Amino acid sequence: MDFFNAIILLLDSTIRLSVPLLFACLAGLYSERAGVFDIGLEGKMLAGAFAGAAAAAVYDSAWIGMLAAVSISIFFALVHGFASITHRGNQIVSGVAINFVAAGSTVILGQAWFRQGGRTPSLGTEERFNALNLPGAEALRDVPIIGQLYSELLSGHSLMVYLAFLMVPITWWALYRTRFGLRLRAVGENPGAVDTAGISVTWLRYRAVICCGALCGLAGTYLSVAQNAGFVKDMTAGKGFIALAALIFAKWRPVNAMLACLLFGFLDAAAIRLQGQPLPFIGKVPVQFMQALPYVLTVILLAGFIGKAIPPKAGGVPYVKER
Amino acid sequence: MADSAITLTGINKSFGAVRANRDIHLDVAKGTIHGIIGENGAGKSTLMSILYGFYQADSGEINIDGKPTTIHTPNDAIAAGIGMVHQHFMLVENFSVLENIILGAEGAALLAGGVAKARAELERLEREYGLEVDPDAIIEELPVGLQQRVEILKALFRGAEILILDEPTGVLTPAEADHLFRILQQLKEQGKTIILITHKLREIMAVTDDVSVMRQGQMVATRKTSETTVEELAELMVGRRVLLRVEKDPPNPGEFKLSVKGLTVRDSRGVVMVDDVSLDVRAGEIVGIAGVAGNGQSELIEAIAGISAAESGQIMLEGKPINLTDGADAAELRGRGLAHVPEDRHHMGLVLPFEENENAILGYQDDPKYLNGPFLNIDAIRADADARIKEFDIRPADSRLKTANFSGGNQQKIVLGREMGRDPSVLIVGQPTRGVDVGAIEFIHKRIIEMRDAGKAVLLVSVELDEIRSLSDRILVMFAGKIVGERDPEASEGELGLLMAGIDDQEAAA
Repeated sequence: MDFFNAIILLLDSTIRLSVPLLFACLAGLYSERAGVFDIGLEGKMLAGAFAGAAAAAVYDSAWIGMLAAVSISIFFALVHGFASITHRGNQIVSGVAINFVAAGSTVILGQAWFRQGGRTPSLGTEERFNALNLPGAEALRDVPIIGQLYSELLSGHSLMVYLAFLMVPITWWALYRTRFGLRLRAVGENPGAVDTAGISVTWLRYRAVICCGALCGLAGTYLSVAQNAGFVKDMTAGKGFIALAALIFAKWRPVNAMLACLLFGFLDAAAIRLQGQPLPFIGKVPVQFMQALPYVLTVILLAGFIGKAIPPKAGGVPYVKER
Repeated sequence: MADSAITLTGINKSFGAVRANRDIHLDVAKGTIHGIIGENGAGKSTLMSILYGFYQADSGEINIDGKPTTIHTPNDAIAAGIGMVHQHFMLVENFSVLENIILGAEGAALLAGGVAKARAELERLEREYGLEVDPDAIIEELPVGLQQRVEILKALFRGAEILILDEPTGVLTPAEADHLFRILQQLKEQGKTIILITHKLREIMAVTDDVSVMRQGQMVATRKTSETTVEELAELMVGRRVLLRVEKDPPNPGEFKLSVKGLTVRDSRGVVMVDDVSLDVRAGEIVGIAGVAGNGQSELIEAIAGISAAESGQIMLEGKPINLTDGADAAELRGRGLAHVPEDRHHMGLVLPFEENENAILGYQDDPKYLNGPFLNIDAIRADADARIKEFDIRPADSRLKTANFSGGNQQKIVLGREMGRDPSVLIVGQPTRGVDVGAIEFIHKRIIEMRDAGKAVLLVSVELDEIRSLSDRILVMFAGKIVGERDPEASEGELGLLMAGIDDQEAAA
């Protein structure tokens, strides 16, 4: 039973750790499916995390925190859009710039406002998104296996965890069952086809980056207002880039994105759990190795196992009407 | 005279200093097929883009069905009943036919309703016009002829009464082109008005009722097709008399220069692109390879020129074998006297941002006469480029100009000058006149014949059947990676057309 408990705990933390990846990965999906590459997921997440924690602390409300996080992240997304859609700038450069601005400004503003070395004040219980207990979780707790699965694994997460996983079918539906989704997918493949059909390529791509911004904001909110109780310098720690890797891994599809994020979440959870513990046959493995594993795995799997990941054809290319 | 579907009055459009359209007047009668013909860069596409709302005219007036109409965006054009079939299809390749057709005309925020309606409407169009296509097929899996049909259906689905087709036959087999023309006739009978933009005189004569000729941004003439001739139209297009038939003496073939035996090439996906091909080219003859684009011609000449590796087979250049499977080396082959004019000059033939003189030696930069120790001898290179410019009449005559600033015909002459100018023994030419205007075509054809008469072995690949027929001494037809037949240049177009579609009528008759 101990072993079973350990597995349950491992899976439980897998879910928690994959949530920010999932939000960010879906964010990237909207943007990249529309043909706007976004390397600035990390920066938008970080800015969102800071704004969320700061607003939640000042106004004593997790919801206001979420609103602030989403707003600031959308603002950054619009900056990216302005540079790369309106002015046809290089999307990679613009994304990198956003990452730098976010990394620097969060710490400076944090120090200026709260004087806690770049942190935001610790959030109290009522200022965070807390664990929700699903109905019947307590009653079922003692039922072997099924009860534990329900009460430990499915129940007891914050609202944002459920929201993240709910976004997967919503995104799928939006992408494949709505007019917006059809046009979004088309503009990432052949903007010329969209333009000649009488649809504004610019406005469509702006809407896509706004979706991207909103989801990055939610990713940031989760980090600082749900998972943790406040903002810490560089708290995204490369999650935006792992989300990008997961997106490629998922071949830009929503359900695959969820699976990829769960896999990376699992590796992360396993790395934490196995810290300092000797592995059978191998012995002690340095923590750094375990932390590098998601990246190593991406390279290996992309190189050989999942087949060619074909990005949206017009990705990264600003749309210019043919002369 | 019948009512006008479109009347354009005094249309002007400039891009910077270039006046693409100058005071254009055009009147298209309702229910007719109206051809617009002109060389590349004459302003045909610009004019149609103005009509479709891609660009806005600097001045001028557009009347649709007698009503003044402002067209600022493609949406305005669609609302006015104008549909356009672009030269490069505006289709999303990994979408289904249905998804492409409803894009922009979905009906509601949710797709389900629109899809069902479109499916019914497609069936109706299919019945009415015989435009059959599987609505659930994925575009990239369809042959180009069907992709074009999807473009036409897209326009009809949006209720187009006026259909503009921009160079529609460039990618089609003769049979597919004939089919397209039958469809256009049928659409005309149903009362649609059709504008056909092309640079092929034969098509104009075959299907149009009226024809307008553009030259250097101006509309120089409009004729009833029945009252004009190919010669008159060609002269109006170019502004001087043009020799349409290539004049040449009978060939005088010598020894074998290039022999290919059992050549098989697979592409990166492992699909067989060239399937057990054997051919010989002798000194002093032009062997033409006819075929619809994508039937392995490109892969064949790339394998011969040492650009891509072959899976099996043997190639002898002047009696000596070429290493095919590994280390196929274009530079080494150049040294052995094999010159190659690639099919796509932008992709393989030239580096467009380079100066003309740099492109004029590209691939031959290790020739000692261009070197000064470890450095390039710039003076020698420029002198050489200037000589080539004179010889091939490249305009403007400036070897320091960026290559991108030359017109298509002159860019092609830069490549031809580079490859022909070094006295090769074998010349491989792919699509020598693609995107080249009529005047330059005449010049290029003459140079190719001169190479033959000088005793070179010439292997010519072109998707223009007319070009193959007028230049070649022997014609090989390629279909699905195989050589399916050899014919004289006198063979009829119909016979070659059938072969290009994989049907051998001699076999069928036997």
